[in-house]
Amino acid sequence: MTDREEQAVILVQGTNHAIRAEKLLQRAGISCKLIPVPRHLSSDCGVCVRVERADREAASQALEEARLAVEGIYEV
Amino acid sequence: MIYFDNAATSWPKPPGVAEAMMHFMEAVGANPGRAAHHRAVEAGRIVYDAREAAAKLFNAPDPLRVVLGSNVTESLNLALCGYLRPGDHVITSSMEHNSVMRPLRALERAGVELTVVQCSPEGFLDPADVEASVQPNTVMVALNHGSNVVGTLLPVADVGRICRERGLLLLVDAAQTGGTYPIDVQVDLIDLLAFTGHKSLGGPMGTGGLIVGQRVDVTRLEPLKRGGTGSNSEHEQQPDFLPDMYESGTPNAVGLAGLNAGVRWVMKRGVDEIRAHEVALTQRLINRLREIPSVTVYGGLDAELQTAVVSFNVAGIEPSEVGLRLDEEYGIMCRVGLHCAPAAHKTLGTFPVGAVRFGLSVFSTQAEVNEALDAVRELAQEAQ
Repeated sequence: MTDREEQAVILVQGTNHAIRAEKLLQRAGISCKLIPVPRHLSSDCGVCVRVERADREAASQALEEARLAVEGIYEV
Repeated sequence: MIYFDNAATSWPKPPGVAEAMMHFMEAVGANPGRAAHHRAVEAGRIVYDAREAAAKLFNAPDPLRVVLGSNVTESLNLALCGYLRPGDHVITSSMEHNSVMRPLRALERAGVELTVVQCSPEGFLDPADVEASVQPNTVMVALNHGSNVVGTLLPVADVGRICRERGLLLLVDAAQTGGTYPIDVQVDLIDLLAFTGHKSLGGPMGTGGLIVGQRVDVTRLEPLKRGGTGSNSEHEQQPDFLPDMYESGTPNAVGLAGLNAGVRWVMKRGVDEIRAHEVALTQRLINRLREIPSVTVYGGLDAELQTAVVSFNVAGIEPSEVGLRLDEEYGIMCRVGLHCAPAAHKTLGTFPVGAVRFGLSVFSTQAEVNEALDAVRELAQEAQ
């Protein structure tokens, strides 16, 4: 990951979903990292998926194809 | 020493299972999904891997619809008690284990209508008898896949077709077949597949799961327990998404690490190869036992139609005595009695005495089968 300004976080329904998202994105060749959910985005205490901002659309599409529910995508 | 009690729990476990559990205890150890530090995420990945392995083995399309729990009994209770309501009608067979029968009898007292379809004295079920039992208020058919008493396989795919035509859910108890007989939830038309980790999947005790198919309305399937899930923590209401809604409380992650290794070993070895090994040994065991004049073997007597479970009695000796002498004099461990399945024993005509049960596994050998046969032959001759 490069500059923190160039990233997006994908909020999903808990750790099980985050780990599935991580696997789906890796399979699609999109680099990602599981990070704690930023407090200002949600009060959830779990993890979310961080991707490069440039990969935002591709990531969103890969998760949608696998019918993984996405709670929201935020640029950070 | 011969361990022939694999139908109760398998032993030994496949290579890699104990190691995976040691690795979890020594190098991971965190609570999966309960924090965001790297060890917690790693623990979460291991649990997810177990979920994914089970999904792959049973050809379930979405690993997040694999609900993990402590055993098949818990999974069956979730499916039955969570789904059925007073006024509903449910159909089961007379070959069920008490893990299905007891929840159903309790639900019956609470107002659920229950039909127990009679199986043949060999333990087989005619799908037409299931179809004839369907009523306007029928919502589910609950069947064991392989009998824990005599191993007979029930025709789940045929019943699955009936369920699809009639708009019913099919719940299958795969305690005796998961990992040792091919199961494909999509081909076999199974809506709810309950499995245990500690038998032919090679995992440790305290692991199991329920695969929840797409046809199941999860808003109707009530959780057995509610509590912390590590998700939606700001809400005091139970999450409404899979698998979290059915997985409250810290899971048996160390056990699931072992289950993951076990299932992956099974897939690597191949269920077909495991099955072929067990069929060959089982047929040999059945045939040779039947050659002993005072021995009665129960079930279909055809290894192709059953799992590697063989039950028998020796004339003139009670099953408990046979079990004790096999253990003490020959070092052969088996299970005697009713095997938690009184309905099945009534069907087979072995109630209330029960039977002696040999449960083989992928690790059983022909030499062990021969040695056990010699032992039974000696006991039978002495009793004459």
